[in-house]
Formats: sequence, structure tokens, C-alpha cells
Amino acid sequence: MEKKLKNPAIFVDDLSFHYGEKNVLEHVTMEVKQGSFLGLVGPNGSGKSTLIKCILGLLKPQQGSVSLFGEKVQKFNKWEKVGYVSQKANSFNTAFPATAFEVVSMGLFGKVGLFRFLKSSDKEKVWDALKAVNMEAFANRNIGELSGGQQQRIFIARALVSDPELLILDEPTVGVDIESSESFYKMLKNLHRENKMTLVLVTHDVGVMTNYVTDVACLNKQIHFHGNTKEFEESSSENMSAFYGHHVHVIHHDHDHE
Amino acid sequence: MNMNMIDFFEALFQYEFLQKALFTSVMVGVICGIVGCFIILRGMSLMGDAISHAVLPGVAISYMLGISFFFGAVITGVLTAIGIGYVSQNSRIKHDMAIGIMFTSMFAVGIVIITLMKSSADLYHILFGNVLAVRMSDMWITVGIGVLVIGLVTLFYKELLVSTFDPTMAQSYGLPNKWIHYALMVVLTMVTVASLQTVGIVLVVAMLITPAATAYLLTNRLSVMIYLSAFFGIIASVFGLYFSFIYNLASGATIVLVSAFMFAMAFFFSPSQGLVWKALKARKNRAELMR
Ligand SMILES: Nc1ncnc2c1ncn2[C@@H]1O[C@H](COP(=O)(O)OP(=O)(O)OP(=O)(O)O)[C@@H](O)[C@H]1O
Ligand SMILES: [Mg+2]
Repeated sequence: MEKKLKNPAIFVDDLSFHYGEKNVLEHVTMEVKQGSFLGLVGPNGSGKSTLIKCILGLLKPQQGSVSLFGEKVQKFNKWEKVGYVSQKANSFNTAFPATAFEVVSMGLFGKVGLFRFLKSSDKEKVWDALKAVNMEAFANRNIGELSGGQQQRIFIARALVSDPELLILDEPTVGVDIESSESFYKMLKNLHRENKMTLVLVTHDVGVMTNYVTDVACLNKQIHFHGNTKEFEESSSENMSAFYGHHVHVIHHDHDHE
Repeated sequence: MNMNMIDFFEALFQYEFLQKALFTSVMVGVICGIVGCFIILRGMSLMGDAISHAVLPGVAISYMLGISFFFGAVITGVLTAIGIGYVSQNSRIKHDMAIGIMFTSMFAVGIVIITLMKSSADLYHILFGNVLAVRMSDMWITVGIGVLVIGLVTLFYKELLVSTFDPTMAQSYGLPNKWIHYALMVVLTMVTVASLQTVGIVLVVAMLITPAATAYLLTNRLSVMIYLSAFFGIIASVFGLYFSFIYNLASGATIVLVSAFMFAMAFFFSPSQGLVWKALKARKNRAELMR
């Protein structure tokens, strides 16, 4: 029993990934404890989205492994426990005839299981999720006819609707206005506190993020920092500039060679 | 016209061949309508065209061996789908190029085989349909395929919906996108086989795309779109058969023309998307602005 409780929500073990010749992740080791709220930061192209996709089993790393709730990701099958909002949530089929309500209800399909249909209690959940992102008024609008920010909120609702134990958000507030993104952060904090949800948030909003998260990881091919928010803030001023500065240097370096 | 209608109904009661033809084409209208929705929403219209043409050699060889052309068609259809995937993944040849190359080659092989072995009358019927010659066995194959398709779409509706709407999300749910794709290819070849007698290989793709596209113009919901599309498929089949019988035209052509006519109506007059209403609305707005 105790062992089960201690299983981290995510455990990334010495993971390396490359697209063709290009190394994107090198020896990444990272643990996300159940009930924690991790902010994952790093410059553009540092491999954050790639790491997330490896964690979700969407990409297969060439080296190392990922475990979710103590189970190797290849064998993991309780996907209803995991919610995911991808960075380009608008890479979906925009011409698809579906209402916002239907899109959110798709988030329940993992839980409903094969061959079964949505019950009225499920519909309730869909309304709750729509309320959480303040989009009830748009429930019957066609998804393709919503603005980018509104679509993003619908996708967030879709991730929330199944009440996942682990929620992974890859830059969810891009394209969402400041006011809404603030209430969105508050909602995340609430989910974390009240529902004991484990959260991973990829963001460039370092300043705002630290008000909400419990842990921070800085990624740039490798993990440069991984600790709790307090440690991060204590070390951050000099660390962050060095961290982002280092990245700029790398870009120049690459260009010189091309 | 009225006279013709009465003739048609009289003949319908009188001749079993016509009843079989009507029943089969209605069934084909339904399955093409349903499958067509997923084909167009997945952006696979060209693939639908390809697979339906590529079954020709399989059909020809089945004829030659005296077995049901169902088996030959499914085998060549699936081989073509795999071939297209293989070529586009393992070279710089793009997907649409691979489709164009593979299906025309398969089609050509089919034409050569048929011309070598039998009279060209058979070729004509396979290519353009001859619904009035539907045999009992053809009818049962169509019914079987229809039941299978409707069953599969009902059972896997959610899976099809998610993987069509958002493949990345489907993958993160552990849905096997690749298998869904190939399963759809198999269904596509079966639909082609079912449609062989009514519309023929060349025009199957029209029955897949046109009723579904018509429905697409009229609704914002996938479930409604599927019903509408099947309904348009039925209308096209019934009226197409009627014109084919009365004017002694190839049934494939008349069925496709009826569905094209419905598409044109929706295109110009659909309440939300129709060009005519849009133009009227724009004029009204302008008039109001002028005031
Ligand atoms: N499909 C792909 N094929 C080849 N290279 C890729 C692919 N996707 C990403 N890359 C490369 O991998 C690196 C890491 O990309 P990734 O998307 O993980 O970065 P990121 O940290 O999420 O950046 P951002 O902050 O811009 O979202 C980049 O250099 C990118 O060019
Ligand atoms: Mg990213």
C-alpha cells in the first residue's frame, strides 16, 4: 500500500531523444510526485514539448524510459487518469462538424470505455468543465467558428472533463487574454489544492507561474534545474539569465556552422 | 413524366429483377453515405478514388478463378493502401503522388487482365454498373457488407469521431490511428465491392463524396451529417434507378447525376452555407447600411 502511494505520477529515467541527427533531449531524469504542481520552463526549441510527448508515449525515446504511476508508459493503459492539452491544440481538423459541447465530451471517451455512450451524469460533467473555462454560452457553437483563444479554452475543458489525476498542459494560455489566463491559473491552483490533481505546466510565463507551482524544472536539452519553487526563486535571478543567455549562445553557435 | 412514373411502379411490382435492383441500390446509397462522411472529413477523397479503382485487378482475377469478387477486391484494395503508405513513407514521393501512381497502375493491370480473358461487355458493366443485372448473390453480399458497415460505425463511433477530429488526442488516448486508417481502407474496398453492380468502379467515389459533401453543407453535427448523407444516398439511388430504367441509361451515371443535382441545390440554397442566401443577406445588410 505504502509503495503504491509513493509511486511518482511521472518518472523519467535517463531519457535521450533525437529527431534524425538532431539531439533534442540528453539524459533527462525527472520525477513528478503525486500531488505536486510542476512548472516546466525553457527557451524555444529546448525540447519541452518533445519531453511531454515522450512522457505521454506519443514519441518513443531512443534511450531511457518513462513511467506513469509506477508503470512503464508502453504498458500503461489507464489513460483516463491523464489529461493533456497540446501546445498546438488548434492542429485539430477545423472543418469538422462538431459543437464545442461535443468536443468537450470527447474528453470523456477514455473513461466511458468502448461500446458505451454518454450518460446524463456525463453531460453534467461536460457543463461543469465548460463553466470552469467560462464557455457555457458557446456550447452549441461549431468549434471551427470559435476564435483561437476560445478554442484553446474548449480544449482545456476537454482535458478537465474526465477529472484526471494527472493533467499536462503545454503552454495552455497562449492566445488566451490576460484576464482569462489569470483566472485560468487560479483554477489550476484550485484543482491542485482541492482535487489533489497532479499538474505539469509548460510555460514561458516564469514570473506568474512561480506564484502557483510547487516545483520548477528548467530544461534545455538537459535538465538544468529541478527543485521546489523556493529553491528556484532563491537561485533564479542569476540562474535564469545564465540559462536563457546560454541558449542564445547555442543558437549563434548553430548558425555559424550552417 | 407521370406516365413514366406509373410504368416504373408497375414494372417494380411485376419484375423481381427491378425489386432486387432497387433494394441493392438503396443499400448502396446508405453505406456509401455513411462511409463517405468519414472519408471526406479525414481528407481522404483522393484515397477513396484510388482504392475504389484499385480493386479492379482483384475483381478480374476473382472472375477468372470463379470465386466471389469480394475476396479479390479486398486483397488488392488493401495491398494498394499499404503500397501507397509504403511509397510515401520511404521516399520523397508525396502522399498524393503515391496515390496517383499506385491506383492508376492497379487500374491498368485490371483492364489488361479483363481484356485478355473476356468480352469487353463485362468490363463495361464493372466500370459503369449494371444495376438491372443484379443477381441474388450480389444482393446478399451487399446486404452483408451493409450490416457490417453500419455495425462497425455504431460500435466504433466514438473512436472514429476522435481519431478523425484530432488524431494527436486519439493517440494520447491509446487509440491505434494506424489501424483505424487501415480498417477504413478495408471498409472502403468492401463498399466498392458492394457498389460494383449499381454504380460501377469508376463512379463509386462520387457516391462516397457527393452525398456526404451535400450533408456537410447542411449541418454542424457529425451524427446529423451521417443520417443526412445516407438519406441523400438513398434518394440518389432511387431516382437514379428510375431514370436508368426509363431512359435505358447506365445506372451509375444516372445515380451520380441525381446526387450531383442535390449537391448543387445545397450549394446554392443551404440556409447557412448557401451562396444564394449569403448573397441576399449581403445585399440586405448593404441596403440597411445605406439607410
Ligand atoms: N517533428 C520534428 N522533426 C524534427 N525536429 C523537430 C520536430 N519537432 C521538434 N523538432 C525540433 O526539436 C527541438 C525541440 O522542439 P520542442 O517542440 O520540443 O521545443 P519546445 O521547448 O517545446 O519549444 P517551444 O517553447 O517553442 O514550444 C527544436 O529544435 C525543434 O526544431
Ligand atoms: Mg513546445
